Amino acid sequence: MTTNKGTPLVEMRDISISFGGIKAVDHVSIDLHPGEVVGLLGHNGAGKSTLIKCLSGAYQKDSGEIYVNGQRAEINNPRDARDYNIETIYQTLALADNLDAASNLFLGRELVTAAGFVDDAQMEAETRKIMARLNPNFRKFNVPVSALSGGQRQSVAIARAVYFNAKILIMDEPTAALGPQETQMVAELIQELKRQGLGIFLIEHDIHAVMDLCDRAVVMKNGQRVGTVNVNEVTDDDILGMIIMGKKPAKAY
Amino acid sequence: MTNTPLSAPPAAPGHTAAGGNPVKRFLSATEIDTRLLGMLAALLLIWGGFHLYGAIVNGNGAFLTPRNLWNLSVQTSSIGIMATGMVLVIITRNIDLSVGSLIGVTGMTMGILQVDILPPILGLGHWSIWIITCVVGISLGALIGAFHGWLIAYRGIPSFIVTLGGLMVWRGMAFIANGGKTISPVDSTFALLGGGPGGNVGATGSWIVGLLACAGVIWLLVNGRRQRIKHEFPLRPMWAEATLGAIGCGAILGAVVLMNAYPLPRGILRQMNLPDDAFVSHGFAIPVLIMIAVGIGMTILMTRTRFGRYVFAIGGNPEAAALAGINTRWMTLKIFALMGALSGLAAIIASARLNSATNALGTLDELYVIAAAVIGGTSLAGGVGTIYGAILGALVMQSLQSGMVLIGFDAAIQRIVVGVVLVLAVYLDNLYRARTK
Repeated sequence: MTTNKGTPLVEMRDISISFGGIKAVDHVSIDLHPGEVVGLLGHNGAGKSTLIKCLSGAYQKDSGEIYVNGQRAEINNPRDARDYNIETIYQTLALADNLDAASNLFLGRELVTAAGFVDDAQMEAETRKIMARLNPNFRKFNVPVSALSGGQRQSVAIARAVYFNAKILIMDEPTAALGPQETQMVAELIQELKRQGLGIFLIEHDIHAVMDLCDRAVVMKNGQRVGTVNVNEVTDDDILGMIIMGKKPAKAY
Repeated sequence: MTNTPLSAPPAAPGHTAAGGNPVKRFLSATEIDTRLLGMLAALLLIWGGFHLYGAIVNGNGAFLTPRNLWNLSVQTSSIGIMATGMVLVIITRNIDLSVGSLIGVTGMTMGILQVDILPPILGLGHWSIWIITCVVGISLGALIGAFHGWLIAYRGIPSFIVTLGGLMVWRGMAFIANGGKTISPVDSTFALLGGGPGGNVGATGSWIVGLLACAGVIWLLVNGRRQRIKHEFPLRPMWAEATLGAIGCGAILGAVVLMNAYPLPRGILRQMNLPDDAFVSHGFAIPVLIMIAVGIGMTILMTRTRFGRYVFAIGGNPEAAALAGINTRWMTLKIFALMGALSGLAAIIASARLNSATNALGTLDELYVIAAAVIGGTSLAGGVGTIYGAILGALVMQSLQSGMVLIGFDAAIQRIVVGVVLVLAVYLDNLYRARTK
């Protein structure tokens, strides 16, 4: 199913970024529509994560433009990205291990009382509410997240994105550290969020996950975009060919 | 709020009944930090040990007397105040070796200001001298701290190196400032801040402070319970709340009684035109009240404000903190500025207590401050630490120090004991953390 009509939710045009003379991302353009999951594939070091970090504000692009809902967007830091309702779930999970789930969920956006103090009770209550929906088995609200399992930590990271009404969600290998059951949970969540009209960039190594979850796939190699395909028009061998040999199938654009 | 209809109703938070023996049940119900209990036990052990040693070997147990404990509280103030700031520095995986030298340079500056500069302008003994002096001292400390923080955060120099440099530079500056000469005496109102003669609030004042503190404890308990009810969190049993209140108020009022049990010496009574046999209580010393106020303020800062939350987040995972939109560099600068300001405040107390400013003021304090924070449970790996722990740690350090003086150990032995205790304390803490994990 293709949804490439109307104004894209995000459009990254001609993005380049280099580190010490090495072009990590070389004139790449990608776009994302509401209710669409776009997979980003490629070898380690192909530039997927780097590209997406320009969108999440972790890196600053050297050149190129980003448009959100057709409007030119200036994203210089993670705070800017959040202002555009762009939420990121990082490969490393980006949680402060010494803080509890609620503190992590609201990190940088704490709820405060009228007097300006952090409202821990309110934040815990909100965390309990959202966790009851995302992961009903979650009970460890008063311990540091270092005491949580991979799946529990992942649900904290996802809850953070969901709670703040993300419009654009970036998931960097969200299932890399998870067991089969937890992976299934994340897959269902992605479908659910998609139905609600979020746009999701999914960085993924698992080709089957991509075939299952994504509408389109963008393949990158050596910092450049090999091509973009509609997942339902190609086979996994086509995509593997793009990843490994940089071979562009006829259906790609 | 979000609008994700992902099924499943919110699970009612069930109160997990803690099994085990009565002690465990008690600790679980009152939610008392067992680490805190351990520190208090260690403190009592040290106190009792020194007292018994004095009683048995020297025939004079002088440690557990109102007079010694009062002195101990005053001696702890300046290290305790700085230790609260060091907690923030260490939590964010930095170190500040320059605080002792900061005391030297800010103390010297304040000495020159209130003795050489201000009196000719305002007149000797003018009421505003001590205020101007304190403001300048704290500001200078903050400024130097901010400069260190800037070098660390924005210029990428490791904090160990920046503050090691600071340790030498500011000590040298303290010497140059007045050519190595000691300045004395300081302004008479300023001197009260050190807890010297007259620098205490007396019996009535102490009772007022104590009752206010008790009211604070009860308010905290009531408010905490109200919050839990509002959000339907598990409640502490009523008896546990009552026990906590009783322990808290009991400790506070006990401290008041203790401080009031130490009378002013005869010399002071004569100055006040009172008979030699009059009993006038010291009560809390002003520097102790300053330390308590700083402790409360810093605890609120660390547990109830975004600033404190970010300090912990940076210590737990600097990258995650940055990705969450926290300006970690600016935070580092502010933390070092705060550390500097607290050093300035500690310099006020230290120089007021000596009634003079010397260039050697605060020498080696950095090590005691770091040791206090670490003994108090601040992890050098970052992310973990409490303000009350650091103040207790300072009390432990000072108890060892003054206890050994009291029973007549010489300086060499003192250093050996303090060094051994520091290493041992951190080792025990490691064992404790490994067990409770």
